[in-house]
Amino acid sequence: MSEVIDFKSRRKPTWCPGCGNFGIWNSLKAALANQNIAPHQVLIVSGIGCGSKLPDYTHANGFMTLHGRPLSIATGAHLANHDLKIILTHGDGDGYSMGGNHFIHAIRRNINVVDIYQNNKVYGLTKGQYSPTSEKGYISKTTLGGSIEESVNPLAIAVANGATFVSRGFAGETKHLTWIIEQALQHKGYSLVDVFQPCVSFNKVNSYQWYQQRVYKLEDEPDYDVTDQLEAFKRTKEWGARIPIGIFYRIRDKLTYEEQVPVLKKGALVKQDLRRSVPEIIKKEFV
Amino acid sequence: MQVNNMTLIIGGDAGQGVESSGAGFCKALARGGLHVFSVQDHRSRIRGGHNFYVIRTSDQPIVSWTEPVQLVVALTQETVNIHLKKVVPGGAIIYDDEFNIKKEQLENKNVKSIAVPLNKIARDIGGSQVMANTAALGAVAGLTQFPLKYIRSVVKDNFKKKGDKIVEANYKVAREACNYVISQYGTSFDWKLQSVDAPERMVINGNQAISLGALVSGCNFVSAYPMTPGTSIFEWLTAHANQYGIVSKQTEDEIAAICIAIGAAHVGARALVPTSGGGFSLMVEALGLAGMSETPIVIVNAQRPGPSTGFATRTEQADLLFTINASQGEFPRIVLAPGDTEQCFKATARAFNLAEKYQTPVIILTDAFLANSYRTIEKAALDFESVTIDRGQLLTEIELDQLRGDYKRHAFTDNGISARALPGHPKAIFKTTSDEHNEFGEIIEDAETRNKMHQKRMRKLDTALADMTAPILYGPVESEITFICWGSTLAPLKEAVNILNNDKRNMANLLQFMDLWPFPVEKVRPFVAKAGKLISVEGNYTGQLASLIKMTMGLEVDDKILKYDGRTFSPEYILNNLKEML
Repeated sequence: MSEVIDFKSRRKPTWCPGCGNFGIWNSLKAALANQNIAPHQVLIVSGIGCGSKLPDYTHANGFMTLHGRPLSIATGAHLANHDLKIILTHGDGDGYSMGGNHFIHAIRRNINVVDIYQNNKVYGLTKGQYSPTSEKGYISKTTLGGSIEESVNPLAIAVANGATFVSRGFAGETKHLTWIIEQALQHKGYSLVDVFQPCVSFNKVNSYQWYQQRVYKLEDEPDYDVTDQLEAFKRTKEWGARIPIGIFYRIRDKLTYEEQVPVLKKGALVKQDLRRSVPEIIKKEFV
Repeated sequence: MQVNNMTLIIGGDAGQGVESSGAGFCKALARGGLHVFSVQDHRSRIRGGHNFYVIRTSDQPIVSWTEPVQLVVALTQETVNIHLKKVVPGGAIIYDDEFNIKKEQLENKNVKSIAVPLNKIARDIGGSQVMANTAALGAVAGLTQFPLKYIRSVVKDNFKKKGDKIVEANYKVAREACNYVISQYGTSFDWKLQSVDAPERMVINGNQAISLGALVSGCNFVSAYPMTPGTSIFEWLTAHANQYGIVSKQTEDEIAAICIAIGAAHVGARALVPTSGGGFSLMVEALGLAGMSETPIVIVNAQRPGPSTGFATRTEQADLLFTINASQGEFPRIVLAPGDTEQCFKATARAFNLAEKYQTPVIILTDAFLANSYRTIEKAALDFESVTIDRGQLLTEIELDQLRGDYKRHAFTDNGISARALPGHPKAIFKTTSDEHNEFGEIIEDAETRNKMHQKRMRKLDTALADMTAPILYGPVESEITFICWGSTLAPLKEAVNILNNDKRNMANLLQFMDLWPFPVEKVRPFVAKAGKLISVEGNYTGQLASLIKMTMGLEVDDKILKYDGRTFSPEYILNNLKEML
């Protein structure tokens, strides 16, 4: 049996007191324990940013990579060893700005990883510039008159692009977030878990209170059908007095990328012997 | 009359099959027991624009291509005008009789005019003008008296996918053109091609040799974004992926290509990333990640002229110093530059072992000339048996089971190399990171650990020196001139050295530098001590190998012969430049 304490590392987080990352971190550990996944069975891949330090604070295999590139690293790790459970934790700047291209392609490949975005709608580690998910009008050190760009809508992108698991959690609702991550861990295919992560130091707009006044759970909606793509798309566009969290969209009948790679049908690549014998006859190809 | 010693050029527009005819004719010659050495010259477009294919052939081993041409096969009128000046007296040009060419234009230069209704034969006999290139090969066979059966066998290989009808039509076209030339021009052409008994040889280019090397070396992961001239490595390995257990992934860009390879290598794959300079530029930050996280990966940078897009389909050797220095900060890397097809195979096998031994990126530097140039080599020259797979200090399952205490992925060691576990074992749960870290791979900020870890990584560079080879000497041990080179320049330079020494004993020798980083200073020293007048021959503007030698040894070369027009070095170019400087 796996327990939360198994993931306890000797490291102490350097996040600001009250940071939304604590909630995400605790939910992730709880979800792993609930799913009985042990630290050695996991590889947590992150990028650069406050949230990307999560592997350092967690006893599990971890690879803290480059800004914007964890999805590519995770994709390679997964294709070479799909027996490992691969989880990504990175921020909105890392994933939706630097990593935007990789995000789109991970979705369409249906790579079987759990992709958690610590979305605080601001740049934390570089101290307060606007981020791709900052709302239009957001005032920051680099948008002194307010951002004149529309914010990225990652969930809408994911639903439109054919993602098989699209969800959003809130770091202030850890039980609910744990449930979402557990669902994502069970899902076969690319699982997007976008998480509202209040940044107590730099984002004075999107605070815990701000979210608490607005979020509602899709599971509580009596007629909500998570397999209805158009309805899911509509909900991803809902923003204002009511903001949905929960599982927006989930389909189970799509093959994952690795299921369609013939070589991987024999098992994880790194468990296949690479000391292959290449017959001399192959030279005939060049004769 | 000269038998089995000539150079021909096939020229035409992109889309006319210049490349397939050229490659096909190389194979036909090889099947006839002859050696070939080819150079391709094509533009970055799919249709239109002049392309040509140079094939030197002989019944003796060939060191390089050379400039004088005996026969030009012109699929366009433009080809005649461009290549006429290269044809030696008594040579010939085969062209379509529909072209507006005046016989006298050729004959004034003592070049035979071989007008053949190539297009008409293709249309009338084959049913399609696209077979004009097949007609041209038939015409070459007729003029040189080369047995048509070798053309036929290549035609069969090239068209069997399209069905027997197409194969037969192409063969008829070749035969008709061959017969036409024999009936009209007889045996007037002075250069003949005859088949000779010889062991079966391979016709293979540098990219294919690298691909084979990767296959034999246990490479089981390749990720790339297509970029000329690196692409054909990716395509070849992809074509063999299912049979040999390779995961091949085309990615959204080169940043993803290298990062996916790093991810795969991190968990234990032997990963290869083929690209060219532009793609390598995009990979630079991740190259540092591989260095920092001590992840073994192999990159092939098949160079082309830069900066920026440069010449997409042409050749240059201007990425040497960039490759050695790419990415911020300092970290160990190994750079190998094979100079011929055989060395491409061997360097690739070495690269995978060195990457895992030193747990760091290894870069194989080639260029478009070496990547694309088809040459005959003996089958035994690519010795599969000689390739061993050395995974370095990769912990075995038993060793992992016996681990005590927390596993240190980046343990401090004297030689800089730390025992490597792959993620997945309960006794070796570990982290690594692009941040500076401690032995456990945890992020640190303190100066003392930084120094120790940085020194540990950099020590691998000193350790790796033991595996770096001395320059390879060609020619006499002592000579008036010592050329130095790296990469594909080897071939034309060898030919130039041979020519110089034929004229005057001990005139020149040549040092080929294959292991470029870490630069094996102590192994180079005895060679330069004996060297004559040092002349660096390189495909770049500044003389980057010369700069590297100056930087590492404080030694200045006496002169440089440089080239950066995107075209391949020829022995004649080297000799002409030498003449001007002596």
